[in-house]
Amino acid sequence: MVDTMLNYEEGMCKKLGFEETELRLGLPGAGEKSNANYGKRGFEETVDLKLNLSTKDVGLDQSDLKEKNLNKEKNLLPCPNDSVKPPAKAQVVGWPPVRSFRKNVMAVQKASDSEETDKGAGGGAAAFVKVSMDGAPYLRKVDLKMYKSYQELSDALGKMFSSFTIGKCDSQGMMDFMNESKLMDLLNGSDYVPTYEDKDGDWMLVGDVPWEMFVGSCKRLRIMKGTEAKGLAPRAMEKCKSRS
Amino acid sequence: MNYFPEEVLEHVFDFLTSHRDRNAVSLVCKSWYSVERFSREKVFIGNCYAVNPERLIARFPRVRSLTLKGKPHFADFNLVPHDWGGYVYPWIEAMAKSGINLEELRLKRMVVSDESLELLAKSFPNFKSLVLVSCEGFTTDGLAAIASNCRFLRELDLQENEVDDRKGQWLSCFPDTCTSLVSLNFACLKGEVNVAALERLVARCRNLRSLRLNHAVPLDALQKILVQAPQLNDLGTGSFLHDPDSEAYCKLKNAIKKCKSIRSLSGFLDVNTRCLPAVYPICTNLTSLNLSYAPGIYSSELIKLICHCKKLERLWILDTIGDKGLGVVASTCKELQELRVFPSDLYDGVGNAAVTEEGLVAISAGCPKLNSLLYFCQQMTNAALITVAKNCPNFIRFRLCTLDPTIPDAVTNQPLDEGFGAIVQSCKGLKRLSVSGLLTDQVFLYIGMYAEQLEMLSIAFAGDSDKGMLYVLNGCKKLKKLEIRDSPFGNVALLADVGKYETMRSLWMSSCEVTYGACKTLAEKMPRLNVEIINEGEQIEASPDDRHRVEKMYLYRTLVGPRRDAPEFVWTL
Repeated sequence: MVDTMLNYEEGMCKKLGFEETELRLGLPGAGEKSNANYGKRGFEETVDLKLNLSTKDVGLDQSDLKEKNLNKEKNLLPCPNDSVKPPAKAQVVGWPPVRSFRKNVMAVQKASDSEETDKGAGGGAAAFVKVSMDGAPYLRKVDLKMYKSYQELSDALGKMFSSFTIGKCDSQGMMDFMNESKLMDLLNGSDYVPTYEDKDGDWMLVGDVPWEMFVGSCKRLRIMKGTEAKGLAPRAMEKCKSRS
Repeated sequence: MNYFPEEVLEHVFDFLTSHRDRNAVSLVCKSWYSVERFSREKVFIGNCYAVNPERLIARFPRVRSLTLKGKPHFADFNLVPHDWGGYVYPWIEAMAKSGINLEELRLKRMVVSDESLELLAKSFPNFKSLVLVSCEGFTTDGLAAIASNCRFLRELDLQENEVDDRKGQWLSCFPDTCTSLVSLNFACLKGEVNVAALERLVARCRNLRSLRLNHAVPLDALQKILVQAPQLNDLGTGSFLHDPDSEAYCKLKNAIKKCKSIRSLSGFLDVNTRCLPAVYPICTNLTSLNLSYAPGIYSSELIKLICHCKKLERLWILDTIGDKGLGVVASTCKELQELRVFPSDLYDGVGNAAVTEEGLVAISAGCPKLNSLLYFCQQMTNAALITVAKNCPNFIRFRLCTLDPTIPDAVTNQPLDEGFGAIVQSCKGLKRLSVSGLLTDQVFLYIGMYAEQLEMLSIAFAGDSDKGMLYVLNGCKKLKKLEIRDSPFGNVALLADVGKYETMRSLWMSSCEVTYGACKTLAEKMPRLNVEIINEGEQIEASPDDRHRVEKMYLYRTLVGPRRDAPEFVWTL
């Protein structure tokens, strides 16, 4: 049982092959956990200096975390082997022991949930989200449905918070993540980076997913200092690499 | 010698409500047996094939309330083929013919046809209460028959049934004269309902205390309903989706505030989390909260909601709440007695936002009254279970389910034997236990030694040898139901103490090591057991080799011999 898991993990490392180039906080012993969080970097995990780095992290089922991240529909991390299936243990008949009724209900809800995500939070209702900016004394609210692209949103945010130093994060801001050196400048500098909290409570870098999907999953926006956003950047880096 | 006239005895027996007490009393002497049987109104039959309708009616001619359970528990998890059995029709037919004054029928895991419901509705003029849990075989047409014909219906409670929707108007079938409803639960129905009819029904049933809607009832309808029924104790919302800035939502908030009697809340089958704050005002008095069908509520929202629920005694939730959320539950819900944490992500095979041993430890530390647990988790450790056992010695039901069925201790990689051992040793009143994770025979030694009150045990992918099962059979004197799957227990364990099975309700063994030969031997020795072999799929040989392993075996004690409604693929040896 344990053997199968280890082999699977090894296999995954080889297939993804991004570890060497991945940017991370690089704490000793943090390597494994960071690997596992491919695709979705937990905000708390990067900024918080892993004071909880206990044996729990090591014990945590690494391959499970990877599977979960790979199989998430929202995750656009391009993976050379997108169709890797979870190991056989996940397909035992009647396990976990949950009534079929409950399983069916969850399946239906999951399906309509992802439909919604694709459509961009179904329904014509407005999608107001709070926007905070580090250092600003008050928050603002924007209706994401008013905009049709990241560009428009970026412009609007720029105008909203123009009294504070938003720096390079306006007209070119989000698009510049395509350029590695610009990104590093941005992140290393005191400039600001837009991030958002998604449906699962994870903090993400704005700009990764298609606009509609973003509108559907964004719960709030936070414009944070570039240096704090470091841990979030690598996903954008992977996107660069895969697109180029 | 009996010094009391029978009327006095009967009067005394009236105070005995529990089945066990009444069963005990009826064993004292013939006269007590006789008085008891004529005065018993509520009968509980845990296995519908242990007796038959004729014997029920012969012994308890004044029965008014019948509870029947059909399929074995593992049928819930697709381990029992569809047509295995558990039909209620013969019971209803027999009672109708004998003029039984049936008022209440409670069924679990039974097959209920529309014909049964129609016969039920037309045969018992005083019928008041129908509760169906995990049943199948009926459609909304059957419900229409109940609604139309049961003039004094008080309770229609449908829990997690598979119901075919016939697009009829079953709700409209409640006549205008029907004002007796106290409890109506149709949350499991998939189709549309006539919302206007529902509103009128609620308006005229002034005694309505419990109402659980299905997802087809929109939020604005809920608002109108609540205005008519502010006296509700138990509410299951339907769809909870709306624009929180709308007037309808505002009206709903006001309507909810007036429902000061609501103690139990469930539903949220479709939800816009920004509408959730509408229920905050009633959270302070909630004793029961079921959010386990609402994967759309994120952890942070769950936590915000739970912070208001200081009086909660029962909580059913999804693992999206996370360990952190459970920590909040632990510090908020000091009265908590029952907790169920269900897995949210069933299709990727692993918990998306699963909980771990941390959440459970936090709960055990914060909720000293906890006595019932169902916990689906990503991982577990012995240390955590030992801590939980120390913190909560009052468990009556302890069901732990690791999403990976054979996962070892997450820290030490050892089997979880010691952890479960601590639970059974500490919880002297434990009646129900489900174990999972990597387990050897050792855990069963502990269970046999310490679980003296254990009545039901569920085992999956555990143990090393027959010894494991033997420890349990020898040790657990009060064992009633034992269900085992995918474990290496075989003939030696099965045949060691055949008499034991007559003291139990049933034994299920699937994907174990028992053979045909052993099952046949057992059936021969014990004529008052039905030993059923369930063959699915594969060729059904006329007489399989005795050494052939049996895929699924279900045995149960019975007074009436092999059942006559067994399908082809079920053999009673």
